[in-house]
Amino acid sequence: MRKGNSILRKPAVQTLLSSLLCILLGLLVGFIALLIINPSGAVEAILDIIKNFWNYSKRATQLKNLGNTLVKTAPLLMCSLSVLFAYKVGLFNIGAAGQYVAGAGACIFCAVGLGWHWLPCMIASILAGALVGAISGLLKATRNVNEVISCIMLNWISLYLVNTLLSKVKNPTSPYTYNVAKQMVIENGASTTVAHPEALLPQLGINTLFNNNKYVGLAIPLAILLAVGIWVLLNKTRLGYELRATGLNKHAAKYCGMQDKANIVLTMAIAGGLAGIGASMLYLTGFEEWSVTQSSVPGMGFNGIAAAFLGGLHPIGTIFSSFFIQHITDGGAQLNKQVYPSEISGLISSLIIYFCAFVLFFKLTLNRRLDRKAERLQAIAQKEGGKA
Amino acid sequence: MILLIQYTLVFTSVLMLVALGGCFSEHSGVINIGLEGIMVFGALGGALVMSSLPAGSSAFIIVLLSILAAMVMGIIYSLLLAVASINFKADQTLVGTAMNLLGTAGATVIVKAINTAANPNNPSATVQYISARKAFLLVNGYEFNWFMPLALCLLILAYVILYKTRFGLRLMSCGEHPQAAASVGINVYKMRYAGVLISGLLGGLGGLVYITAGVSEWKFENGVAGFGFLALAVMIFGGWKPFRIALAALLFGFFRALSNVYTGFDLLSRLNLPSTIYNMLPYIISLIVLIFFSKNSAAPKAEGIPYDQGSR
Repeated sequence: MRKGNSILRKPAVQTLLSSLLCILLGLLVGFIALLIINPSGAVEAILDIIKNFWNYSKRATQLKNLGNTLVKTAPLLMCSLSVLFAYKVGLFNIGAAGQYVAGAGACIFCAVGLGWHWLPCMIASILAGALVGAISGLLKATRNVNEVISCIMLNWISLYLVNTLLSKVKNPTSPYTYNVAKQMVIENGASTTVAHPEALLPQLGINTLFNNNKYVGLAIPLAILLAVGIWVLLNKTRLGYELRATGLNKHAAKYCGMQDKANIVLTMAIAGGLAGIGASMLYLTGFEEWSVTQSSVPGMGFNGIAAAFLGGLHPIGTIFSSFFIQHITDGGAQLNKQVYPSEISGLISSLIIYFCAFVLFFKLTLNRRLDRKAERLQAIAQKEGGKA
Repeated sequence: MILLIQYTLVFTSVLMLVALGGCFSEHSGVINIGLEGIMVFGALGGALVMSSLPAGSSAFIIVLLSILAAMVMGIIYSLLLAVASINFKADQTLVGTAMNLLGTAGATVIVKAINTAANPNNPSATVQYISARKAFLLVNGYEFNWFMPLALCLLILAYVILYKTRFGLRLMSCGEHPQAAASVGINVYKMRYAGVLISGLLGGLGGLVYITAGVSEWKFENGVAGFGFLALAVMIFGGWKPFRIALAALLFGFFRALSNVYTGFDLLSRLNLPSTIYNMLPYIISLIVLIFFSKNSAAPKAEGIPYDQGSR
């Protein structure tokens, strides 16, 4: 039977449509929640979330806030690439959160405690994340431990380990560590700091585009470059082919002579390294410090799951979806806290993940409908042909 | 010492209830990663009832209503998983992850909305239930509460239902080989719904038990601190069997309790380990346990695979 060549048949179009549908549904439910909390300002509130930095009237402030969103988009993009990369090999990397935490601990400690330059700090982050990821991979490959459970356990273990490690470089007057722009030195038993700007990522002049937002710099182009790199690695290299084959059918891959166990460990190490470098992209800008008393795993890794699926599990798609997720997360902070809780944006992004789970069903239904329509048209055409 | 026993029993009840919930869901063939989110919503239901009941309510009413609220909230919340994974054949891990995130975010939004509506200067996500919590205590002054005998009863009930009734055996057949079950006239969809909803009921109750363990208020921003996941580890360690789950829960509960009360022991406090070690301990133990018990997994064979009537 001849398939209809409707534009809706194209996988890319279907992915884009279903992602947009997920966003719309997520926003709709978020809007309903706002309506229930306080109907009078709900329309304004949802627009505030969607607009984020456009809420400011001055162009300079807009640019500065767009810069802030981008600073946090880079680590989110790395986390979502981490989730995506593992998913392509058939592994669900819910541990991106813990690998991110390990990366954060490594780079902050190396910068503040040891006074390293930014590049070795970043490499330390990659290695720390890769190590945590590789543990999950190793357990999966050799001991058949479900990677979801081991990742979750490692999330908590990494959090407490990093809290212990970073309390060594803590500011004694607050629960936070020192900023990475400073190096801690011990003088007469008391800790003081000296300026240490070498630990900050270079700005490369990009900051001037965003009204001299000093946090904007190398991280953003590097993140985009890595996204393209992951696409090339997965689709254009032998290693990528092997990894995807292992993901599709472990046994078949093994039968073809591929090292299925080594591939699983390697995949998780790469995924962990991606999440780890993500942490260094945020903390080495000096944008924020680590609170050593935090008792929940930072949401960056979990938002990475949302961004990966919203981006249609395509590295280039995740660039846009990461920006969108970060955009509405920052948008939540624009709300009037006396009326609406800022967690509404967390609610919306978790709803988006929930709706992403229906994407497969959506595509299936769409294809069936198109098939039926094509059949009907063919039947009509045949009938008319018979008459003539 | 008595404090350690108290906390061990409290945490054991929590882990056992939630793990039993997971057990029902997985035996019916649906992986329930979302237990954490279910716990949060169960806890939310219970906490809201406890804080809103008038001060003079009788202890029996408080206990009954808050338990009911927790169970109902758990069931309602688990419908999210049931609909997505049973009717729409969605990826169960993804749905579960979404439910965990949604659980914390949703509960925080709800509590904050209630708090700010009562007082615009109070944008916190904390619910207080100081007086209502006393109703749960069996012996005054000690942390032995009604949940412990209740958890024990539910354990026995779970065993009887799973292994001694037609319903339980049918439920388990759907997790092993749903097509075979369907061929002898069992409605797989209904059984899977039953499994997921029972896990919602038990998970919701577990959430309520958790937030009443020694504290009189709960910050919902923190969720339930990974307890749902610990319960999953308990379930795997317990080999998906009720009584072994109870023993596993006892072990995990002990280590979790240790992190609360280790300062009370001379020996342990003299070791001078950082408190984070004790916080990490349950997770490390569960990782080690998983390393030794995952190789020959007794997991239901069809878990995680959406049931499709058309495929035989």
